[in-house]
Amino acid sequence: MTVVCDFEALRPEQGVAALLPDGSQVAVFLTADGTLHALDNVDPFSGAAVLARGIVGDRGGVPVVVSPVYKQAFELSTGKCLDEPSVSVAVHPVRVRDGVVELT
Amino acid sequence: MNQTLVVIGNGMVGHRLVEILRESSWRIVVFGEESRPAYDRVALSSYVDSWSSADLELPALAGCELRLGEKVVSVDRERRVVVGASGVEVSYDALVLATGSVPFVPPVPGRDLPGCHVYRTIDDLDDIRATVEAATRPGRRSGMVLGGGLLGLEAANALRGMGVSPHVVELAPRLMPIQVDEGGAGLLKRLVEKLDLTVHTGTSASSIERDGQRLIAKLASGLELDLDVVVFSAGIRPRTDLDLGLELGPRGGYLVDAACRTADPHVFAIGECAAVEGVTYGLVAPGYSMAEVVADQISGGTKVFPGADVSTKLKLLGVDVASFGDAHAQTEGALEVVVNNAVAGTYSKLVVSDDARTLLGGVLVGDASSYLSLRPLVGKEVPAALLQPGGAVDVEMPADAQVCSCLAVTKQTITDAIVSGVACDVAELKACTKASTGCGSCVPMLKKLLTECGVEQSKALCEHFTYSRAELFEIIRATRVTTFSALVEKHGTGRGCDICKPAVASILASLGNGHILGAEQVSLQDTNDRFLANLQRNGTYSVVPRIPGGEITPEKLIVIGEVARDYGLYTKITGGQRIDLFGATVDQLPEIWRRLVDAGFESGHAYGKSLRTVKSCVGTTWCRYGVQDSVGLAIELELRYRGLRSPHKLKSAVSGCARECAEARSKDFGIIATENGWNLYVAGNGGFTPRHADLLVSDVDTEELIRVIDRFLMFYIRTADRLQRTAAWLEGLEGGLDHLREVVVEDKLGICADLEAAMAAHVSDYADEWRGVLEDPEKLARFTSFVNAPGTPDPTISFRAERGQRVPVSLGIPEVAR
Ligand SMILES: Cc1cc2nc3c(=O)[nH]c(=O)nc-3n(C[C@H](O)[C@H](O)[C@H](O)COP(=O)(O)OP(=O)(O)OC[C@H]3O[C@@H](n4cnc5c(N)ncnc54)[C@H](O)[C@@H]3O)c2cc1C
Ligand code: SF4
Ligand code: FES
Repeated sequence: MTVVCDFEALRPEQGVAALLPDGSQVAVFLTADGTLHALDNVDPFSGAAVLARGIVGDRGGVPVVVSPVYKQAFELSTGKCLDEPSVSVAVHPVRVRDGVVELT
Repeated sequence: MNQTLVVIGNGMVGHRLVEILRESSWRIVVFGEESRPAYDRVALSSYVDSWSSADLELPALAGCELRLGEKVVSVDRERRVVVGASGVEVSYDALVLATGSVPFVPPVPGRDLPGCHVYRTIDDLDDIRATVEAATRPGRRSGMVLGGGLLGLEAANALRGMGVSPHVVELAPRLMPIQVDEGGAGLLKRLVEKLDLTVHTGTSASSIERDGQRLIAKLASGLELDLDVVVFSAGIRPRTDLDLGLELGPRGGYLVDAACRTADPHVFAIGECAAVEGVTYGLVAPGYSMAEVVADQISGGTKVFPGADVSTKLKLLGVDVASFGDAHAQTEGALEVVVNNAVAGTYSKLVVSDDARTLLGGVLVGDASSYLSLRPLVGKEVPAALLQPGGAVDVEMPADAQVCSCLAVTKQTITDAIVSGVACDVAELKACTKASTGCGSCVPMLKKLLTECGVEQSKALCEHFTYSRAELFEIIRATRVTTFSALVEKHGTGRGCDICKPAVASILASLGNGHILGAEQVSLQDTNDRFLANLQRNGTYSVVPRIPGGEITPEKLIVIGEVARDYGLYTKITGGQRIDLFGATVDQLPEIWRRLVDAGFESGHAYGKSLRTVKSCVGTTWCRYGVQDSVGLAIELELRYRGLRSPHKLKSAVSGCARECAEARSKDFGIIATENGWNLYVAGNGGFTPRHADLLVSDVDTEELIRVIDRFLMFYIRTADRLQRTAAWLEGLEGGLDHLREVVVEDKLGICADLEAAMAAHVSDYADEWRGVLEDPEKLARFTSFVNAPGTPDPTISFRAERGQRVPVSLGIPEVAR
């Protein structure tokens, strides 16, 4: 289990990045309807750890984050890349406990 | 061995022929009397806007032998040899005469005096300019144009552009007698007089004399005109001074058959020098179809000249005149439908067949907007609605109707290109059908066809908004919405995306809504704007402090050097005369900026869709040639427009004299100093599709200059599409440069006060974005790589050394094929 931050610190439709003990990184997003999502932070197309800095929105109603490097959209709930269906990023379980966001 | 084709004349039509045959097996030799490469004579009058012949040049011809500046002096048809002025002899298998026309100069005594000119070539215009500039007597210069036809009016307008008040003298009782009828001519005269042209009809010059500095023209009416310059524009004659012993047509021109062949099977004639079955043509479109015919014939084809549309439209700012088909109702039994609205200042006449079923032609004065839809209907059935008073002119065009008469492109060709998916915008249609590459007047028609074919000319920004950016701008301005969520809830659907969010953020910022990283706005910003720095390929950012006008003190330069050294930033001089520091991590950005801000720097907005830089040359301060203080102006402009959010980035430059060392004409707005003030050029572009900027106003003082730039920029910001640079915006703007000038110089829409007020608000509200971040702990807190480990650098980022600096280690990304 890794503590990300206080729930209060998250802003709707934005992401933050968290460092895991093994040195890997996770991007955590809070959407406008209050749902939390966590994906690998590394953008598979550029190799840069930047997905947390992408713009959050929707494609045809599906919540997505768009990589800031080459602009592919990733579905927040599954990590699937909508522009290149063979590519996806890992999804991580995330929850709020006592006002604190945790990756489990 | 390949056969040899010799072309005499490197004008528009000769050039077109060679272009068509570019990939054929013919060896092609072209003789051109003019010493410059072929240019667009149709656009000749625009030469006075820039005095740059490069703007008129036609595409360079590859793979042919061009003998420029060499007149052909004789042809030996027996031996099939052409002799050039230098004595060179070239044998031919086929010879094409494309010698064009000569201006007709009526036998007025004094017509050869210095100061008397014709109007046909770039050299003619240079000579006219030299005469005008040599006129030293005080007061406004005065000129006479002999001939009140299409060309005469163009010439008079060009004189006006050179600061000369022109008199137009026309022998016929009305202007443009060939194209316009009695009824339209009265209105035309009134419109023309509004441009400060003095019109004398029904008279002619009986003599021209020199009197010291001046020329005195006596008119048959008894009037005497006191002049600095005279331009003859009394018509043209096919140019046949090269005598091949071939028969000429009844009104001159080398007589050819429908295959454009003379009586000698090896010799062809095309363009204005040709009399096809006895008829000569003074327009470029028929010449182009003759070029097609000859290209086909000498390749073994059987194409013949299909006849030509001689419709014309006057290319004169503010005066809308067009005539097409049988404008004078000369067809037996033709009927006329005339609507003359003296109050609105419009006149239209349609000529129809005796049974009122077929459209034969027409004349439009004052409002020629229906010209494009009417012209293709000539010879076709007239929609009944057209004949009603005030009838709608929005009518369905038949498939074989010519949409672009300059290049003879039919509606069918265009719709085929659209439907097959080959072209989905005007630029692509241009490239694949050549439509609109002539006079350009058919562009609105192309747009209309795109829309009719259902090409998503949809201006919808993205799936969340059905509005265009310009429409959204107006909605936001009118409703004073200040958040994206309120906007998308009321005027859109869903939650937004990476297209609409930054676009709306930019509009909100253009309208002045506080810091771009304010409460809700931060989630709308692209990563560059979100971190006020430019994202690079490895997830690091680059830092660009503003260096207005490219002027910097050694002290400040040292600070930049020290910061770069202390943070190991890769350093590079940019094309915009400033310095880019690469390789900063998110965590480092605030520390770096704290040092820069303390040293007096501010954000350079290299990350934003906003003003980048105003480049400058050193100007009068140092340069021996400078005529104005280009650096001073560049700094003033950069400080005025810094931080201004716009649909795309904005670049500018100021040059201190006409040598143009700052390359101002490749910028969104560029300024070039003149003896009397400044020339403002707009909508230039480097990059993928370079475009020279167009002259918007000339010789203005600094105050007027800034006023026009304020209006220009605000008008662009309000009306452009997302990520549309000024160049593409102007190309797509209905009415083009003329319309732009009407709006931002003449204030035809009455919005200039509003545009200026918006810019004034921007200037007074400007605050440095980076200082704003440093002063606000909440904004500062976002500059961390990891929320749960502030200060820990991102472990994926590493560097190696190259030429003494740190560069990113390329990230292993092989598992995804891109
Ligand atoms: C100001 C102006 C505005 C115009 N506006 C329009 C318009 O709006 N629409 C339109 O359709 N048309 C317009 N025209 C007409 C159009 O420019 C001509 O129809 C077109 O240029 C004809 O092309 P051409 O090749 O036949 O002749 P040109 O372009 O005149 O070329 C002939 C060339 O042959 C050269 N030449 C002649 N004799 C020799 C020789 N013995 N040896 C070597 N070279 C020789 C000449 O120097 C010249 O360069 C306009 C013309 C002018 C001057
Ligand atoms: S543009 Fe003119 S003033 Fe500026 S550097 Fe060049 S020559 Fe000198
Ligand atoms: S009509 Fe002149 S370019 Fe198309």
